Amino acid sequence: MVEELLYSQAGLLNFGIFFLLATVLLLVVLGFVTYAILAERKVMGFMQLRQGPNQVGGRWGLLQTVADVLKLLLKEDAIPKLADRPLFILAPVIAFAPAFMVLATIPFTDKLQFADIGVGLLYYIAISGLTTVGIVTGAWASNNKYALLGGMRAAAQMISYEIPLVMSVLGIVLLTGSLNLNEIVEVQKNGWFIIWQPVAFIVFLIASTAELNRVPFDLPEAESELVAGFHVEYSGFRWAFFMLAEYVYFFAMASLTTVLFLGGWLPLPFLDFIPGAVWFALKFTVVIFILIWFRSTFPRLRADQLMEFGWKVLLPVALANIFLTAILKELLNIF
Amino acid sequence: MSGEKDLEQLKKEAAAKAKEAALAKMNAKQQGEAKEESPAEDMDLAKQKAAAAAKAKAAALAKQKAQEQGEGKEESPEENPDLAKQKAAAAAKAKAAAAAKAKQAGGAGDDEKAKAIAAAKAKAAAAAKAKAAAQAKQAGSAGGDDEKAKAIAAAKAKAAAAAKAKLAASGGAGGDDEKAKAIAAAKAKAAAAAAAKAKAAGTKAEAEPQEEKAPSVNQPYLDKYIKVIEENLGSDVLEDSYINNLSKEVPTLVAKADSYYKLAEFLKYNEQLGFEYLSELHGTDFETHMEVYVHLYSYKNRQSVALKVKIDRDEPVIDSLQPLWAGANWPECEAYDLLGIKFKGHPNLHRIMLGDDWVGHPLRKDYEPYDVEV
Amino acid sequence: MLRTEEMLLNVGPQHPSTHGVFRLVLKIDGEIIKEAKPVIGYLHRGTEKLAENLQYTQIIPYTDRMDYLAAMTNNYILVHAVETMMDIKIPDRAEYLRIITMELGRIASHLVWWGTYLLDIGATSPFLYAFREREMIINMLNEISGGRLTFNYMRVGGVKWDAPEGWIEKVKEFIPYMREQLEGYHQLVTGNEIFMNRVKGVGKYTKDDALNYSLSGANLRCTGEKWDLRKDEPYSIYDRFDFDVAVQEGGDAWSRYHVRMKEIEESLKILEQAARQFPSEGDILAKVPKIIKAPKGEAFVRIESPRGEIGCYIASDGKKEPYRLKFRRPSFYNLQILPKLLEGENIANLIAILGAIDIVLGEVDG
Repeated sequence: MVEELLYSQAGLLNFGIFFLLATVLLLVVLGFVTYAILAERKVMGFMQLRQGPNQVGGRWGLLQTVADVLKLLLKEDAIPKLADRPLFILAPVIAFAPAFMVLATIPFTDKLQFADIGVGLLYYIAISGLTTVGIVTGAWASNNKYALLGGMRAAAQMISYEIPLVMSVLGIVLLTGSLNLNEIVEVQKNGWFIIWQPVAFIVFLIASTAELNRVPFDLPEAESELVAGFHVEYSGFRWAFFMLAEYVYFFAMASLTTVLFLGGWLPLPFLDFIPGAVWFALKFTVVIFILIWFRSTFPRLRADQLMEFGWKVLLPVALANIFLTAILKELLNIF
Repeated sequence: MSGEKDLEQLKKEAAAKAKEAALAKMNAKQQGEAKEESPAEDMDLAKQKAAAAAKAKAAALAKQKAQEQGEGKEESPEENPDLAKQKAAAAAKAKAAAAAKAKQAGGAGDDEKAKAIAAAKAKAAAAAKAKAAAQAKQAGSAGGDDEKAKAIAAAKAKAAAAAKAKLAASGGAGGDDEKAKAIAAAKAKAAAAAAAKAKAAGTKAEAEPQEEKAPSVNQPYLDKYIKVIEENLGSDVLEDSYINNLSKEVPTLVAKADSYYKLAEFLKYNEQLGFEYLSELHGTDFETHMEVYVHLYSYKNRQSVALKVKIDRDEPVIDSLQPLWAGANWPECEAYDLLGIKFKGHPNLHRIMLGDDWVGHPLRKDYEPYDVEV
Repeated sequence: MLRTEEMLLNVGPQHPSTHGVFRLVLKIDGEIIKEAKPVIGYLHRGTEKLAENLQYTQIIPYTDRMDYLAAMTNNYILVHAVETMMDIKIPDRAEYLRIITMELGRIASHLVWWGTYLLDIGATSPFLYAFREREMIINMLNEISGGRLTFNYMRVGGVKWDAPEGWIEKVKEFIPYMREQLEGYHQLVTGNEIFMNRVKGVGKYTKDDALNYSLSGANLRCTGEKWDLRKDEPYSIYDRFDFDVAVQEGGDAWSRYHVRMKEIEESLKILEQAARQFPSEGDILAKVPKIIKAPKGEAFVRIESPRGEIGCYIASDGKKEPYRLKFRRPSFYNLQILPKLLEGENIANLIAILGAIDIVLGEVDG
């Protein structure tokens, strides 16, 4: 359906349809973010011997995040006097837009995908790198020293971890022979890549956590050191945009992990009567849970240790993985 | 039940006798005081009397304890006869001693010697009593046999621990050394006792002050400090030196203001003293003068010393100890902030607690709040 | 040509990791600290000045507010100083109650330290685990004293309230439970690679430095100096208990962490013995005069608080108020070494170093 639209003539009607679909996706994503935050708070509450939200919206606190978002939207829009006003306003948008853009290529099932781009994986990684520009912009525009330190940390971290992230998936690309996410999923009918590429999976998981700025790599906003890091001067809906970007990335990265390593919508053997969307949701939930689990377990790394780990451990491991994969592939081809 | 009655009677008797004795002692004391007032008497006499008074106090305390013990018994009627007997024995001893003392004290008002004898005896008795009482109390407070045993064991352990602690306190480094010291201490005590006896026999009254100080285990240290200081810095650096009995018998040195830094430096770097740790530094406004109190500790020798210096109140300036102990930095700032004492040579003397624009130094006794309304 | 500029960063007095109203003015180059200047005094309440117009018993509540995480030891240092001057013999039961409450307080204080330190390092969960156990201790102390943080429990000559029915049993039950939890703490945190990387070799100093800067408590014991006033200058009835002094050799934050964790264990040992030996009856208050007047003279005593050596100096002119009261507050002394430790470290280490010193601002500012 989307495929046809993509190749049809550009026109007002098509634009309208696209706009509508995008809005629907945005709402779905917002719904996810709402409940991802709730889930995170609930899971962390469970792990930390507390209740989590349990007042607004019944005993599960189902409307807690909704109430929080409403509160954020109603808050006064405070911009520091000495801030760089245009940049300050622009930064959350720069941070959020790419987060939403990357969702276009993710194949949720074999039918439900917005843009089946040939270089989907490359597209994802390239676009997601843009968010850092938004973060650094916001940090700079805030005219706050903590924010500046947070922004600088974010930039350094992004550069350091983007590389192992890309390197770790190169093994998969080698085995698939394609950058198209649909094809990557199709290849996994012979076995998920988590089995064929376990080292790559571990590197990818670590690097993706760092890319998401989540514990133990939450240095850009390290609360105990930089108070709130890059968004220290933001409040209200501008701050909400940063948070939204973070959680949309959370959604996107979990989806990408599912697609790359867990076989996307593919069912387990003998269980293919369950629809693909459910399988996807299940695997996706597991990834989300693991990331939340990380958050309530680990202390934070130090900036220099983070760099050291990224460059001296993850990158060589990822490179070794590529070589090993290439050699194995060639050997298998020979026989 | 008859045993209990007996006990009660005993107790009552004990109490009555104790009272009697106290009265007698009071009389004796008054007598002593009255005599002190007479200007014609010589030094020896005065000393003797003072000692007698002190002893009387100690005896009174002991008696109080005995009384308490009696009360304790009354409250716990279910305790077993052995214990009661023990207590009774202790009480009886107390009685006897008190009675003896009372008699002698009462009878020989004019005879100094007799008084001294009585006092010495009372002291010995008091010590015995105190020990017995402590043990009895320990045992008495427990319920079952088992617990009692434990309590007794605990008491014993305590005694042992105390002894050890004393040893440790008195001992400097090696075990041999400690033993030697302990022996020395024991000897000293024995000597003191002998002296007391001698005095009681009426040979010499000069032994008295020595006996007074003998209980302080820290006296040898003070003597040592003074000796070392005088050997190296001369005899005019110290204004005063004494054992502060109120403060766990800490040896206290009072330095002269101009040699304060020199003395502190010496205390830190001298090998025999080696006070490398500054535990506390603060100032006090005594209205006649300012005083800086420094508590030093030597981890090497496990000893402490208090160093004090008196300084002029109107212009309180003194050398800073910060170059010697980095830990004196903030306390000196605090003393400056709250008392206005200026420390010469301090690298960064500033108001550490109050704002830079604060007027006056609040802990001075003549401090007037800048804004009275607040 | 690349040029870097130094920048001034004002950390605090409102900052999540300064544990109160503590301010640090940092001169930083990138994230490297060139110079650190601590600024204190934001919580100075003039306790010592106030005390000069208060009777001894009235001062006790003020001591609660100095080190509000271990108020029992603060209570004790004041009454201990007065008792030393007046030469009062404390009833056994009162002594045991004092020891038990103080050691519970010590455990509670170390738990807060453990939780907040891990929070500083970035781990959120341990904080809540620590507070679960601390809550139990606070409930026990609440039951006996009527206060959760500011106990106002000790009096000159003894304690104010006797242990309620079954209280000692609660303490006894708590000991094995706490041991088990402690084991869990070690499994959760102590072996964690990230945690080790964050604290090992951080904020290192030698024994000579520690003595020179008047450090005490865990900050001193982490350098290998085996020194604990409970053991070396026993006060109260600490000489009746068998326990070890926790010592480490490293002198870094990692050693301090281990010293404090070990101290919890040792406190549990003391608690166990104290609860077992606890006299079934007896007075909780010695016979003291209605109005307490310390004799003329002065005294300085020191005891071991969870944060180090807490001392109390009283100069008395024989009246019912002290002429001059001065507390040696361990946090105040311990904090002095901070500028030296921070030089050349980065900002993330600042938090790890400051946290490991374990300060309470109420005590620093007095």
